[in-house]
Amino acid sequence: MAHAASAAPAQPPLLDPKRVRSAAVSVCLFLAVLAVLWALWEGFKAFGEAIDLRLGRFEPNDRTMPHLHEIVGTLFEPSRRNGPLLIDILWDAALFTAKEAAVGFALGAVVGFALGAALAHSGLLQRGFLPYIIASQTIPILAVAPMVVVWVNPRLPPSLKDWGAVAVIAAYLTFFPVTINTMRGLTSVDPRALELMRSYAATNWKVLWKLRVPTALPYIFAALKIAAPASVVGAIIGELPASIQNGLGGAILNFNQYYVTAPERLWATNLIAALLGITFFLLVLVAERLVVRRAPEHVG
Amino acid sequence: MSKPVVSLSGVTKSFEAAGVTALQSIDLDVGPGEFVSLIGPSGCGKSTLLRVVGDLVEPTSGTVVVNGKSARQARRDGDYGIVFQDAVLYDWRTVSKNIGLPLELLGWDKTRRAERVEELLRLVELQGFGGHHPWQLSGGMQQRVAIARALSFSPALLLMDEPFGALDEMTRERLNGELLRIWEASGSTVLFVTHSIAEAVFLSTRVVVMSRRPGRIAAIVDVDLPQPRTADTREEPRFFELVTEVRDRLREGGLDEDSTAPGEGELLVGEETA
Repeated sequence: MAHAASAAPAQPPLLDPKRVRSAAVSVCLFLAVLAVLWALWEGFKAFGEAIDLRLGRFEPNDRTMPHLHEIVGTLFEPSRRNGPLLIDILWDAALFTAKEAAVGFALGAVVGFALGAALAHSGLLQRGFLPYIIASQTIPILAVAPMVVVWVNPRLPPSLKDWGAVAVIAAYLTFFPVTINTMRGLTSVDPRALELMRSYAATNWKVLWKLRVPTALPYIFAALKIAAPASVVGAIIGELPASIQNGLGGAILNFNQYYVTAPERLWATNLIAALLGITFFLLVLVAERLVVRRAPEHVG
Repeated sequence: MSKPVVSLSGVTKSFEAAGVTALQSIDLDVGPGEFVSLIGPSGCGKSTLLRVVGDLVEPTSGTVVVNGKSARQARRDGDYGIVFQDAVLYDWRTVSKNIGLPLELLGWDKTRRAERVEELLRLVELQGFGGHHPWQLSGGMQQRVAIARALSFSPALLLMDEPFGALDEMTRERLNGELLRIWEASGSTVLFVTHSIAEAVFLSTRVVVMSRRPGRIAAIVDVDLPQPRTADTREEPRFFELVTEVRDRLREGGLDEDSTAPGEGELLVGEETA
């Protein structure tokens, strides 16, 4: 058929040389950047210690800047005499925080979507509520978190107490980008696509789910990618006023108290917290690849 | 003419905010099975007229009867399909799913939809491309998908707003031929807006020439070229006579040299090859 020539070729197989090479390059780049950062850390430390550098009240030494290999190494040592390895403690703490963050993320995403959809459909609601929604995000979360704990905790069943309040705090940091981007995405529909829907006499409900929501998905996922690490941060911060010991927030507080004697442990905790945030982000990224099907140059 | 598919009486459309009268007292009947083109200078209201027929724009006054009903009822009953200059396909759906969209909205079940989509892919000669995504197709192929989608529920009327305007000349001529084939196969009535005189004469049974804004019908030219029309039809002396006649009517209706429309170049094609 004459027109076949103008169609794109079928998707290349998963293991073809081009893809393998591109993946290998990505991995090498990642390791190279990691190596550079490692060198910068150790280099600055060595340099600073050699010349007795002081920047204000900061001076690089084993307490302020432990060796990176010692930070990683301390994970595989017990943090208490005859106690479990630090990495086991942090693993459990991370799972606990992950649960709070995941529930908060889901809650924030659903509320954000519903709110964004409502605001997209009514200019009146938008003008009325948007300023307050924006203002809510300008209040520092450390100020809001205790209030949330005090208000939410009594209303939770015993099984959800405390960590439930933390999930709400995580949701608080999550819903805003989702609201804004949902609003934007739902209203960025091509007017001719709307004319087409009108020509099919489609109801508003059908137009929402068959046209507006799919159009909005790339925007929504962009917001979810921002919200994912934010929910982890919210969960960690939220654990402090909620007096939770089992999560990463509690671990950070704990190791902060013992910083003078074992600085590596706090750094190690931060490392695990960062990895948790990255993991959440990657999960959203994978979900996006699966759900959003667009021309390759439009995703991202 | 047996009962017209489209009947316009005294249709006027003014846009108050812009202080513009797009259409002035349009009277037009389109019979079943006809292929009627609307041609005129930029801003003469031909696209507006098409949208009035489709109940996408409400006329300021006058009556519109489509398939024996009001334009609104005809739209609600799915009596027409529409194709725009831009294919307006959904990127997140495959070609098959795009074609099947109106059928989904009508509540057809999966098997029936799949069968109809296969039929349509054959009709527009895109068999095997059902699983592709719109961005993997060329402009011409995308328009064929848009045409298939418009015909999916076998409407009595097909409204087309410069569907080939964004394509190159050769693709356009080829798609003109395909459109005629599809028109004959489906038996629908077509109302076609274009900027190109050659295209209007090649495709239509009648060409409606519109005047400069406010748009009125300046003339209607009967195209008595034999069917089926082929690439050879474009070489016949009668074809050039008709192109000249349409051009003359356009000039009479007020074709401003300054109001150059995208298809302006084509208005000279007939002259060069004559």
